[in-house]
Amino acid sequence: MAEIRNYTMNFGPQHPAAHGVLRLVLEMDGETVVRADPHVGLLHRATEKLAESKPYNQSIGYLDRLDYMSMMCNEHAYVRAIEELLGIEPPPRAQWIRTMFDEITRFSNHLLWIASCGIDLGAMTVFLYAFREREMVMDMYEAVSGARMHAAYYRPGGVYRDLPENMPPYRESRWTKGKDLKRRNEWREGSLLDFIEEFAKDVDSKIDEYETLLTNNRIWKQRTVGIGVVSPDKALQMGCTGVMLRGSGVEWDLRKKQPYAMYDQVDFDVPLGVSGDCYDRYLVRVEEMRQSAKIILQCVDWLKKNPGHVMLKNFKVIPPTREEMKDDMEALIHHFKLFTEGFCVPAGETYAAVEAPKGEFGCYLVSDGANKPFRVHFRAPGFAHLSGINEMARGHMLADTVAIISTLDLVFGEVDR
Amino acid sequence: MNEPVKPLSELLTDRFDDRVSLGNSLSGILAVEVETGAWLEVCRALRDDEEFSFEQLTDLCGVDYLSYGESEWETDSASTEGFGRGVEGEGPGRFDWAGRPREEDIKRRYGVVVHLLSLKHNRRLRIRCFAPDEGMPIVPSLVEIWSSANWYEREAFDLFGIVFEGHPDLRRILTDYGFTGHPFRKDFPLIGNVAVRYDSEKKRVIYEPVEIEPRVGVPRVLRKDSRYNTDEFDQAADDAAEKVAANNTAAGGQEN
Repeated sequence: MAEIRNYTMNFGPQHPAAHGVLRLVLEMDGETVVRADPHVGLLHRATEKLAESKPYNQSIGYLDRLDYMSMMCNEHAYVRAIEELLGIEPPPRAQWIRTMFDEITRFSNHLLWIASCGIDLGAMTVFLYAFREREMVMDMYEAVSGARMHAAYYRPGGVYRDLPENMPPYRESRWTKGKDLKRRNEWREGSLLDFIEEFAKDVDSKIDEYETLLTNNRIWKQRTVGIGVVSPDKALQMGCTGVMLRGSGVEWDLRKKQPYAMYDQVDFDVPLGVSGDCYDRYLVRVEEMRQSAKIILQCVDWLKKNPGHVMLKNFKVIPPTREEMKDDMEALIHHFKLFTEGFCVPAGETYAAVEAPKGEFGCYLVSDGANKPFRVHFRAPGFAHLSGINEMARGHMLADTVAIISTLDLVFGEVDR
Repeated sequence: MNEPVKPLSELLTDRFDDRVSLGNSLSGILAVEVETGAWLEVCRALRDDEEFSFEQLTDLCGVDYLSYGESEWETDSASTEGFGRGVEGEGPGRFDWAGRPREEDIKRRYGVVVHLLSLKHNRRLRIRCFAPDEGMPIVPSLVEIWSSANWYEREAFDLFGIVFEGHPDLRRILTDYGFTGHPFRKDFPLIGNVAVRYDSEKKRVIYEPVEIEPRVGVPRVLRKDSRYNTDEFDQAADDAAEKVAANNTAAGGQEN
C-alpha cells in the first residue's frame, strides 16, 4: 500500500481570503487540516514603540491605523486611558458624540465584515450591497473629521470639533446627474445629524436585503453551520472577546457590564449565539448592526436637543482656539507649550478597554510623568482570536478554514500592530 | 466593577500573605505585584478559587523599566544660558545600535504585566512580576493556566527577550524571520539596525545597515507639578473665552 504522508502548504500571505497579510502554514492530510500555524507580523510597525517616542496627542493618528476598519473605537480606548491618568472627564456632548461614532464605526466594521466574508464564501452580491451603505458611513467620517478613514477625531478632553451644520452634497458631474444626483442628495439637505438620522432609520431595510441574500441561503448555511465551533469555556480560555465570545453564548459586553461614555444611558440589546459556530457569529453581527442603528438614533435625538461644548476648557491639556490664542497672553503661552512640548501626564498606570466591533480593544498605559508615554500596550482582539485558530481549524477542510478566518474578523493592522 | 475594590485587596492579602504586595488602584483595577517564585501558584489560585475566579487572561505584556523617570530637559530651574537646559537624553530615538547605552545591572528591569478578567464578579485585576535576573530574564509561563497567554508570551519574548519557562512553543512572532535583538527594549534604537530593500542587480531582497540618523523632534520632559485638576486654570480658559466673546460683541457681533 502506498504510504500517504501529510504535506505542508502556505496559505497566504498573498491570498485574498487571508484578510491582509496572514501567512498560514497548514499541515494537511489530504484536504483536512491537521495543524494550522499562523505566521503574523508581516505588518508589524512597532506602533507601541513609536508612541513611546512622541507626545501623547501625536500618537492618536497611529491608533486609526491599527484596526483600520474601526478607527474611532481604537482612538476611544487610547484617549480614555489618557483621560483616566489625567483625571479629566470630557463634557457630556463629547461623550454622546463618541457613543454615536463608536456605533457608526461598529456599523461600518460589520458592513465590511459581511461584505468580505460574503466574498470569501462566494456571495459576491452582498459585497456590492454593503459597500453602497459603507460609502455613506465614510461620508459621515469625512464630514466630521475631514478624513474618510483615519479620522483622529477623538482627543483627550473631548472630540476635535462639533458636528457640522451642513452635510456636503454631491455636485453635478458627468457620472452623477439628474435623477441620480437628486436621489443621492436627498438626505443631504440638512445637518450631519439629519443625514445620520435618515440613514439610521432606513438601514433596517438595507440589513433585510443582506439577510435575504444570506440568512436562509442554502449554500451560505452549508459553508457556515457547524464550522469552527467554539465552546463557551474554550472561548474564555483562548481570550476571545466581543462577537467571538457572544457567538458562543457567553453574555459579556463591556458596553453593558463596564459601561463607558454614555452607554449606560442608551437602550439596546446584546444578541447572543447558541452553538458558537460561524453561522451564529454571522447572526450576532447582523443583529448588532440593527442594535447599532438603534443606539445611533438615540444619540442623534440627544445631540439635537442639547448643544454645548465638545471639548473641555482646560488649557493645560486642550489647546486654546486660534481666536483665543491671538487675543490672550495666557492662551498664547499655553498654545506654544502644548504644540512644542505637549502635556505631561501624572505618573501611574491604567488600562482602558472599549467594546470595539471586533472585541475588547484595550490600552495599557504607563506614564512616568513625562510628556510621552513610558510604555503603551494595545490589547488587540484579533491577536487573541487568531492565536486560537489551530484549535478551531483542526479537523476541518481547507475551504472551511477560509470561513473560520473570515468570521474571526481579523484585520492585520491590529494583530501585528 | 460592581463591588468596591477593597474586598478584593483584602481577599488577596488573606489568601497569599507576603507573596503578593498590593499596589494602587486606578479606575477600579487593582494592581498587585507577585513574587516571581509564587507566580504560577498565585495565578492558579486566581483562576480556580471561587472568590477570585478570573476566567480570562485578557492581556499580557512585557515592560522594560530601564530609564524610567528620566528626563531630557531640565525644567526645575531656569538657566541664563539659553538652550543650556537640554541634557543628554538616552531615549530610544537618540542613539543607533553602536552607540546604545550599556547599563550596569539595574534591579527589576523587566516586568511582566498581566490583566485578568473575572466575568463572574465583573472585576479586573492587574498582576505583575519581575524577572529576577536582568541578564537572562526568565519568568514562569502561564500557558498551562490560561491558553491565551501563549501568543502574548511569544510577543513579550520577541519584543523584550523575556524567556517564559515552560512555554511549549517560544518562537518569535512579530519581528522578521532571522531578526536579531529585542526591539522594544529601551536600549534598542528607534531607527533599528538594518534596512531592507530590493536590489535590482542581485535580483533579490537585501539587508543593509540603516543609513538614517537618530532624531528626536520633541524632547522628553518630566513635570512633576501635576496641575491638571486646578480650577484656577479652568478659570483662565473661561476668562479668555469671555474676553473673546466680549470683543466680538464690541465689534458689532461680527463673526471673527
